[in-house]
Order: sequence, then structure tokens, then C-alpha cells
Amino acid sequence: MSVQDELKSVPPAKLFIDGVTKDFTTRSGTLRALDHVSFQINEGDFVCLVGPSGCGKSTLLNIIAGLELPDSGLTLMNGKPVTKPGRDRMVMFQEPALFPWLDVMGNVLFGLRLKPNLNKKECCEVAQFYLRLVGLEEFAHSNIHELSGGMKQRVALARSLAPNPRVLLMDEPFAALDALTREQLYGDIQRIWAERAKTIVFVTHNVREAACLGNRVILFSPHPGRVREEFQIDLPRPRDINSVELAKYASRITRALRGYVDAPDAELGAE
Amino acid sequence: MKRLFSSTLFFIVLILIWHFLVLAKVKSPVLLPDPVSVWEYLRTAILDGSLFDATLVTIRRLLSGYGIGILLGIPVGMLTARFRFMEDTVGVIALGLQTLPSVCWVPLALVWFGQTEGAMLFVVVMGSLWSIIISTDNGIRNVPPIFARAARTMGAKQFYTWTRVILPASAPFVVTGMKQGWAFAWRSLMAAEIFVTILTGFGLGQLLEYGRDLHSMDQVIGVMLAIVLIGLLVDKLLFSPIEHFLHRRWGTGRT
Repeated sequence: MSVQDELKSVPPAKLFIDGVTKDFTTRSGTLRALDHVSFQINEGDFVCLVGPSGCGKSTLLNIIAGLELPDSGLTLMNGKPVTKPGRDRMVMFQEPALFPWLDVMGNVLFGLRLKPNLNKKECCEVAQFYLRLVGLEEFAHSNIHELSGGMKQRVALARSLAPNPRVLLMDEPFAALDALTREQLYGDIQRIWAERAKTIVFVTHNVREAACLGNRVILFSPHPGRVREEFQIDLPRPRDINSVELAKYASRITRALRGYVDAPDAELGAE
Repeated sequence: MKRLFSSTLFFIVLILIWHFLVLAKVKSPVLLPDPVSVWEYLRTAILDGSLFDATLVTIRRLLSGYGIGILLGIPVGMLTARFRFMEDTVGVIALGLQTLPSVCWVPLALVWFGQTEGAMLFVVVMGSLWSIIISTDNGIRNVPPIFARAARTMGAKQFYTWTRVILPASAPFVVTGMKQGWAFAWRSLMAAEIFVTILTGFGLGQLLEYGRDLHSMDQVIGVMLAIVLIGLLVDKLLFSPIEHFLHRRWGTGRT
């Protein structure tokens, strides 16, 4: 009964980012990573944040996660300000960050054990459900170092889905994988997004990846990190990363990106 | 099987060389006893229970001192890794005292505690504590920060993160430190037992020193062999299984 409740998709959350500014102090002075960034993400939306390195997109993701606090501005989730990490917003990092002293099952269980309303047996059932969802139920008792890079990220995905968050935050999770594995995971993540109804914020510097996954693609420019432009991707799902229509979107975004990176001063002058 | 055979053969040859050196009268038989007479000593010492009793006394002292070393060393190592202030104070002391050979604690222990079990315990704790602190500290500093971040996003609080993430993540280092601490404790206890003659218990070190007093080198070498064997046994029984588990889980080393 409790397990059935636990496995039900919770309604996804709405995010509101309002005037978020973040500075970093380095030896050579203060660096503005994010400069008055504002936008909104609707419940159940799949949004990709794209930009070159240094545009603050990962910092913004950390702020939404509650791992870092902005210097000014605020993030609201369903109207409530985000001040610390929470199980309603799970993060997938670029490295799988799996715990090597636990097996696959132990890793997926880690977050579940911290949920107060589940006993041991129920935790195991829930973990098994998510391992099945990512296609790794046969590897429940494998050691982490025995898995390939793609399998590790699948375990990380199962681990972040297991506590049943309303928002899934993904920080370039596929950047270190080979192309073939990545394409497989594009399919998986679209399927899981449709099945589990999550709000997903996906950070990447790969324009094609963003066009393949996102309903919306938000373009950032660096120094300081700002929101520049937004693209709506109106393609049917599941999308194939190699399709011609997708390539058209990708090249439009790339052109826009190039404009901001090559001539940032001209753009700033126009404002 | 082949490894066992070649290893056994090696030791048989070694004992034979020893035997022939005695036959060739390189040293007086009083100074260099025959392997047979060492074996004779060990046999009688085992049969009359004196070797077993001495081992028991030594192991009891070792375990209590080493236990205190671990119980103090691991938390203190966690503190020096976590707080800058602790690193600059206790951490510096640990680093300094770790370089001090443990036998150097014996004179101080004798003056402070006299010929007592307390002196023994003090030397063993001082011998093992510092290296356990330092390797725990080192282990915790080597834990990738992303582990703690991942745990925080899953709702882990400070204490939970330390006990369930940072401590297990540093386990390979901590176990190495515990092993080193054991070796140091063992060395310092032998030094202490040789120098501190007390009546509350007759340990292996004292048995060794007694052999020297009696000028019976068969006893000295016999006890030395016993000490080596106990060291090997502890390594195989206590540390090998843990290390084997860590290697298998982490995928490090030979499997």
C-alpha cells in the first residue's frame, strides 16, 4: 500500500528564478557568474540551459538545488523560496558520484533510507522499481567499478529518481560518455520524463543535445552570465538526435550562440 | 599449490643453511644455537604453558593500548581534517610526535608511572595514536567533495553525512593507518616489555629479556620467532579480510 503510494508520480513543480546574481571572489578580483538572471519554468517542463563555459549555468543549477545561495535575487519552487537542498529537487552530476563502498542497490537505497515513511522492505521494493526503470535490475548487487560509464550514469539516474522528486536537475550528465551510449540515454531520459512526469532542468554545452531533449532551450552568454535568448523546440517525441529538423534547430541556436560569444561588447552596447 | 611448495622449500633451505652455519662453528654454539635446540625450547615452552601465558599477557596489553589508540585516533583525525584550528594545533602535535620512535616514550613512562601496567599502556597508546590520527586526517581529506554534495541533495544532515559517507569513503586510508598503528603498537610494546620489568604480568618481551639474562640464546631466538609468527597471524586474520573486501568493492589492487 505504502509502496504503491510511494511509486505514484508526484505532481511536478514550478520554478521561478527572479533576479539571481552570484559573484565569485578569485585572486584576480571579483567575477560575476550570474547577473540578474530571471525566468520561469512551468510544471512538467523540460528545459535545457545552454551556453559556453563560464556562463554560470552550472552555478544556477546549484542554486536551484540549494547547494549554493545567490548573492541577491531568489528562487521559488511552487512559491516557496529555496534555501537548502531537498529531496524534492534531486541532482545528477557530470560525474556519477556513486558511492564505491556500496553496491548498485545500496546506492539507490541511500536516498530512500533517509525518507522517514518507508521501512527496509519497502525501500528495497522502491529501489528495485527504479533499477527496472533504467534497465539495470540484473546488476543490483554489482560493485560500482564493474559498471561501464553509461551504466554508472543509469544508476545515478535511478538514485536521483528514487526519492520521487518534483524536479530533476541534470548538470551535463552525459558529457563524459561515448556517442552511442549517449544516444541510448537520450531515448531513456525522454521516456522516463514522459512516464514519471518530472520538471527537468538540464545543463549542457552541447547544442544538439539541448535541441533533442528540451521543450525549451535557454541560451546563456558568459562574463557575466546572462540569459540571452530562448528557443521553443516544437518537434514530436521521441526525438532522434540525428534527424534533419533537429539539426535545423541546432544550427539556429549555434548561430545565436556565436553572436554572443564573438561580439559580446557590441551586444552589451545595444542594451 | 605450487606457490605453497616453493615457499616451503625456501624455508627448509633457510633452516638448513642456519644448521650448517652452526656446524661450521661460525660462532660459539652458546651464541648461535642450533635450529633443533630452538625447536626444543619452543616445544617445552608450549608444553609447560609459559609461552602461551606470555603471549596472552602481551596480547591483552596490546589490544587495550591499541583499542584506546583507535578510539581516540579516529575521532581526533576527523576533527583535525574538519577544523582549521584543530589542524593547526593537535594536527601539528600529531605530525611531530609521529616522528618520535616509540621507544623514546619508555624513560618518561617509567618516571611517571613506575614499573606498572600503566607505563605499558602509555607507551603503546603513544606509539599507535599519532599515526592513526594522521592517516584518518589524510583519508578524510582525500574524499571527493562531490560525495558529500550528493548526500546533501538526498537529504543527509551533517552527522549522517560524516558517519555514512565521509567515514566509509575514507576507509581505505583509515584501514592502512590502523594497520600502521598496529605495527607501531606492537613495536612499542616490545620495547616497553624489555625495559619495564613488572610483576603484574610476564609478557613476550619480558620472556625475551629473561632469555638474555639466562644466556639461553635458544630462548631468545625462539621468542623472536614467536613474535614474528603472531605479527604475521594478526596480519592474515585481522587485516587481510578487510583489505580484501575494500579491494573488491573499490576495484583497486589485485583480485
